[in-house]
Amino acid sequence: MKNLLRPAQLIPVLLLLALAVLPPIAVGMQDNFWVSFFARVLVYAIAASALNIALGFGGLVSLGHALFIGIGMYSVSLPAYYGVSSGWVHLLACVLVCALVGCATGLISLRTSGIAFIMITLAFAQMGYFVIVSLKQYGGDDGMGITAASEFFGLQLNTPMSVYYCAWGVLVALTWWVLRLRASPFGMALRAGRQNARRVMSVGLALQRYQLAAYTLSAVLCGVAGMLLANLNAYASPSSMAWTVSGELIVMVVLGGLGSVFGPFLGALAFLGTEEVLKAATEHWMAVFGLAILAVAMLGKTGIAGWLLNRSAKEGQA
Amino acid sequence: MKTLLQTEVLTKRYGAILVTDKVSLDVREGELHAIIGPNGAGKTTLINQLSGELRSDSGRIRFGDADVTGLGINARARMGLVRSYQITSVFDEFTVLENTTLAALGARTHAFRFWKALLGDREALAAAVEGIEAAGLRARSHVLASELGYGERRQLELAMALAARPKFLLLDEPMAGMSVQESAAVVALLKTLKRKYTILLVEHDMNAVFALADRISVLVYGRLMVTGTPEEIRGNEEVRAIYLGEEEIA
Repeated sequence: MKNLLRPAQLIPVLLLLALAVLPPIAVGMQDNFWVSFFARVLVYAIAASALNIALGFGGLVSLGHALFIGIGMYSVSLPAYYGVSSGWVHLLACVLVCALVGCATGLISLRTSGIAFIMITLAFAQMGYFVIVSLKQYGGDDGMGITAASEFFGLQLNTPMSVYYCAWGVLVALTWWVLRLRASPFGMALRAGRQNARRVMSVGLALQRYQLAAYTLSAVLCGVAGMLLANLNAYASPSSMAWTVSGELIVMVVLGGLGSVFGPFLGALAFLGTEEVLKAATEHWMAVFGLAILAVAMLGKTGIAGWLLNRSAKEGQA
Repeated sequence: MKTLLQTEVLTKRYGAILVTDKVSLDVREGELHAIIGPNGAGKTTLINQLSGELRSDSGRIRFGDADVTGLGINARARMGLVRSYQITSVFDEFTVLENTTLAALGARTHAFRFWKALLGDREALAAAVEGIEAAGLRARSHVLASELGYGERRQLELAMALAARPKFLLLDEPMAGMSVQESAAVVALLKTLKRKYTILLVEHDMNAVFALADRISVLVYGRLMVTGTPEEIRGNEEVRAIYLGEEEIA
């Protein structure tokens, strides 16, 4: 618990707590935009945390995680289309399909490594994208509206506020778990594999099984983020599973701090926040945004979380 | 004494080059068996075949009562056939204790545990501490592997092998690149390990080999030329001929 008092932990924890009390204040100020915006931040933070398990811990550079966001979205919209609004059904569909697809694509992708792994995960995601686009009866290119939001215990995720708190709860639980996971045998085996794959094998651990489990786990969690996103937008569309989304997730994780516990949250917040501010300031926001990301990348490979950690380490020495 | 590890006409070729040429070797339980040979004799290739990192083209490897020819390195490590590397191979971002505990855990069980900390695993931790102490790294337990000196990294390599509580240790040049003092420390360490473990040692340092080994096998161009006690090897004319001009046999 003493660790929580260090800036590297304290700042993200305070940010999370601040986000818990933000909605009533925003509503009091008659400003619903910020609730929707931060709900989106929370959802992407969940997706980035999920990717971080594969990418940050396992070193598996997947450029196809948008596929799982898409599966999550459509596991809300498709049952809803047929009048099923039970959140448990949505969740079950999401978990099952993501686990199945994650496991199958993971099995094939993990036979490769490096650039080939990146390309093959991208290829799978594009396949999923074009399958959805080709399903004209479900809106195809245009996507489909969601008339019946997921319902858990009588609570409907049909307002930004309800999605917001649901996402907040999921993110806090997930972050807490990742904190444990990082030092657990599973997390250590994964992180060891990223540093020296050969050595993990000679230690007696079948690395590929852990990598496959990590990839599947991260796929399922990404799917949950997709479910929340579908409810937030009341819409499921193929554009949310475009390959650029996979790229943005990677940028969030790297920006925040690869393999750190709070990094993905900080990364999602910084990424979407900067995007929003720049969009308001200039039409050519993308050019400025690129430079901003470049600047952070040059700060070092440990991202925002690493920067906070280094700062506190220096203060500790002084 | 019972044979613990046995190879039968083990062969490995890289294209046209025969790197391991019908090697039939037996290592008895409890002995320290050394393999020597000039550079390029195929010592590391042989170690890689024994550890399971490299598939053999033909021949068999028996470990205890089991045929392990078809098993991979992680399966062999689980059975107690544990190796250390010539080029130090540790996890740089982990501390000495984390490195060693992971090695201890991997030898014993799987890592499909998602909540309790690795360092909270008492059994693995106890084995790790034992390995660290045996390797003489106790004071450096909480230092990152990346911050260790060269000799210390070699010690960590040994600690990781020992933490696995192996039946059989494959040591690939544990003294490579060490200073005289560091080498002496490792020789002293290996002396304490002798008899507790069955050890197959590949080493260039002839003084160390002749001081430690119960039996020595000489590998030349992938072929096992002769196996014998240090005295027999020292008196062998063929061995002398091979090493003549290269270095004096102790």
